[in-house]
Amino acid sequence: MIRSFSEWFEAAATEGLDLPEVVERREMKETGAARAEVRGRIADALSVMRQAVEEGLSDAEATPSGLTGGRSGRLVAQGPRLLGDDFTAMLSRAIATLETNARMGLIMATPTAGAAGVVPAVLLTLAPARRWADDRLIDAMLVAGGAGIIIAERASIAGAGGGCQAETGSAAAMSAAAVTWLEGGDSRQVGTAVALTIQGMLGLICDPVAGLVEIPCAYRNATAAVHAVAASEMALAGLDFPIPVDEVVDVMGDVGRKMDVRFRETALGGLAATPAGQEIAARAGMTDLVQLQRKGRTRGEDSARFGPS
Amino acid sequence: MTTLFDILGPRMVGPSSSHTAGACRLGYVVQAILGGMPERAEVGLHGSFAMTGQGHGTRIAITGGLLGHRPDDETLREAEAEAAQRGLTVEFRNVDLGEDAHPNSAAFEVTRGDERISITGCSIGGGRIRILEVDGFPVDLSGSLPTIVVVADDVPGTVARITGMIAERGLNVATVRVDRTGRGERALMTIETDEDVPAEVLDELAGQPWVHWIRNVHRLNT
Repeated sequence: MIRSFSEWFEAAATEGLDLPEVVERREMKETGAARAEVRGRIADALSVMRQAVEEGLSDAEATPSGLTGGRSGRLVAQGPRLLGDDFTAMLSRAIATLETNARMGLIMATPTAGAAGVVPAVLLTLAPARRWADDRLIDAMLVAGGAGIIIAERASIAGAGGGCQAETGSAAAMSAAAVTWLEGGDSRQVGTAVALTIQGMLGLICDPVAGLVEIPCAYRNATAAVHAVAASEMALAGLDFPIPVDEVVDVMGDVGRKMDVRFRETALGGLAATPAGQEIAARAGMTDLVQLQRKGRTRGEDSARFGPS
Repeated sequence: MTTLFDILGPRMVGPSSSHTAGACRLGYVVQAILGGMPERAEVGLHGSFAMTGQGHGTRIAITGGLLGHRPDDETLREAEAEAAQRGLTVEFRNVDLGEDAHPNSAAFEVTRGDERISITGCSIGGGRIRILEVDGFPVDLSGSLPTIVVVADDVPGTVARITGMIAERGLNVATVRVDRTGRGERALMTIETDEDVPAEVLDELAGQPWVHWIRNVHRLNT
């Protein structure tokens, strides 16, 4: 059981193991799975991620709600304007995954369905650019998984638990850990990359329009991927962050617990409760939800009972 | 405890791990406990399942689960058409299961032939589920381990006999839970094992005069 980043890094140092090995051995010990089985499941996860991206990019039609669908393809067709090809490709892969998700397509919930676009966007974009072989990507997924386990245990990975900072924030932190490790960052740099990611996303609320995992989720996945790469770049350059990563994760957990329930995936606050958001919910036939939104309830116990995760 | 594949997964069809994958798992476990696809299902949706389930395909996912599909089955989105074709009628309504019920709860009344069972469960996040009641018996079943569900006479030695038969095959029992309707009446046992219990053990158990009913629920990890 890894309960903190410091514990993980210490285990690696004292046992003379690399970060992915610590996670892999722990998983084998706790579930009885063979090494080949663990790595096989991760390889399968990577292929599902690739397929979800391809499906999202190639389908130009709108999703059933009409809120997304075809947007990722449009981004690719327009081509890069401000930064390079990889930047645009990364954004499009995040959006494409969420478009596939909205169509009830097959995705890997890493760590959740609503944040499923971040890890694939970052890893599948940087892999060819940085020439990472598939076996290294499997190790990187173990690093991402290790980071995700710690965040889930110490804070939350669910929008209903801690807002979007917990959901796309966790996915971005996992991606940053993976990238930093792949690029030869040491434990301290991996921790810094996670801390830098989370500090940039602290307080981000979860406010799905009409309660659907589409808006702002598809775009939040894209910008979360940018956070991950920015944090890795800074950590790999040796920039430091004075608050230890475990303490940063604890802050995220604390902010999540204090977050009003309207901002925790209930679709009763934020963008979801705007006049435009209410109109979309009404068009989608969510009459009960719209009624609650109009009442503008603030008391937790009234709204706590409603909302996806 | 959070496992690696709770984080790197589940492998599922979208859009929501709780409202789609978890909903599908609930339907899947219900049909497994019933012993196969029901002919008729009445499903009460509570809380968030009732409120935002529509946009998350919760009803489609539950129907798919009742048809025997798992959360990563890409035919899930066609579940309603498949149900019509295979003779499964599902009726949904919104219910209030009370303040204490998890916001993503569903109450099932399912019929298959002469068999009729009521089951209540909830989707607790990340696609994970808990079954909390079977025919009025309080239970706690997650589907994350192979599970057998047995209704037997509440007489001394039944638990030892059942776990003994499983142990004889070299299988490890993970958890045992027993609930009964009253002293000397009937007991419902849920036994989770590390590996699937072979069919011959189940047949042997089913043949015991004190066993009324036995079901095998396969591991649900995807």
